[in-house]
Amino acid sequence: MSAPISEDDLHAFADGQLAPTRLAQVEAWLAAHPEHRQQVEDWRALSAHLHRTYDRVLDEPIPARVLPAANASRWRDLRKLAALAWLMLGAVTGYVLRGETTRDPQPPSATVSLPRQAAVAHAVFVPEMRHPVEVGADQEAHLVGWLSKRLGAELKPPKLDEVGYRLVGGRLLPGDKGEVAQFMYENAAHNRLTLYVRPAAPNGGDTLFRYAREDGIDVFYWADGRFGYALSGTTGREDMLRLATLVYHQYPR
Amino acid sequence: MSSRDAIVAEIPRLRRYARALTGHGDSADDLVQDTLERALDKWRFWHRERDLRPWLFSIMHNLHVDGRRRDGRVAFCADSDLPVPVQRADQADALELRDLQHALMQLPLEQREVLLLVGLEDLSYADVALALGVPPGTVMSRLSRARGRLRAVLADEFTAPLRVVKP
Repeated sequence: MSAPISEDDLHAFADGQLAPTRLAQVEAWLAAHPEHRQQVEDWRALSAHLHRTYDRVLDEPIPARVLPAANASRWRDLRKLAALAWLMLGAVTGYVLRGETTRDPQPPSATVSLPRQAAVAHAVFVPEMRHPVEVGADQEAHLVGWLSKRLGAELKPPKLDEVGYRLVGGRLLPGDKGEVAQFMYENAAHNRLTLYVRPAAPNGGDTLFRYAREDGIDVFYWADGRFGYALSGTTGREDMLRLATLVYHQYPR
Repeated sequence: MSSRDAIVAEIPRLRRYARALTGHGDSADDLVQDTLERALDKWRFWHRERDLRPWLFSIMHNLHVDGRRRDGRVAFCADSDLPVPVQRADQADALELRDLQHALMQLPLEQREVLLLVGLEDLSYADVALALGVPPGTVMSRLSRARGRLRAVLADEFTAPLRVVKP
């Protein structure tokens, strides 16, 4: 003889929080009490409504001001950066430039299209088994020298060994404004990441840490005075955020 | 994973919850920022057997309650607290957001918290009790009242004629 079904059981049923034995009892009871079944469905619909309304916040770029830094001084740097960023570029490029459009009609497309380009380059080279990169990680010094020369400033691949990703190598790609570099990483589970780096736009400054999802690829991107960066991968947004944060802190600013 | 990375990975969920809780993008991000700072300060007190997520929500809960107490805020929203449209919402979405946000703000804070932690953040009842520092029985009674009340408010909004919101 089981305990009588209470309203708490019905909430737990709606929320998927019942233990299997109790679940079977509640299901049997609901089959005999359709009026309560409707109530459970209403509660479920309400939760679905909440998700439909607020889940999009998960995909919004994270404002730099809420990102904590590894230590206090970095935290201050980041706050400064955030303040600067709001003034300079990123999500607000259009807003910032709106007063200048008549004088300087150059569109802010350089920053806007970064995640798209990075995701396309990611999708093209990641499936490649035999030629994923032009220069392998075994020639890292050559890779750094070559890409730095072509992009016009020193560019080293970030180290991601501590999170299990080793450098596969890199390649040079044509971008819409010139040369672009792509570094590729791989972990033991054969998940691949690419970091897409291109020279910063002439008027560009630091930008916010931003997020975009392009055809199933999660891209976190940002810029400092020298380069625009975009990290692409498919291991899930939260994982990619963690990795991108790691990369972000390896470039001096 | 370092403490910082583990906490950073929770940011999107903290922002989602804070947005629904406060109904206001800037206040929500202020709350998230304060929560993260506090969490990093208190990291060494975190007991690893406890889940990170309910612990972060408990910090956010305490900060939010303290903040409201300090501001002397009352439990309903002023016009200036009306929700900001979230990114990429088309018009129908925006309307739905506004209706739901408005209805949520009609709930007392303690009911809104439980409803969101269960229905939006999918926390177990035990974790909700932990995050809010109340007994499990209280979680259930608040959940029941919140669902009943929200349903009534939403039903009202659907049948009421369109209201003009004063600027």
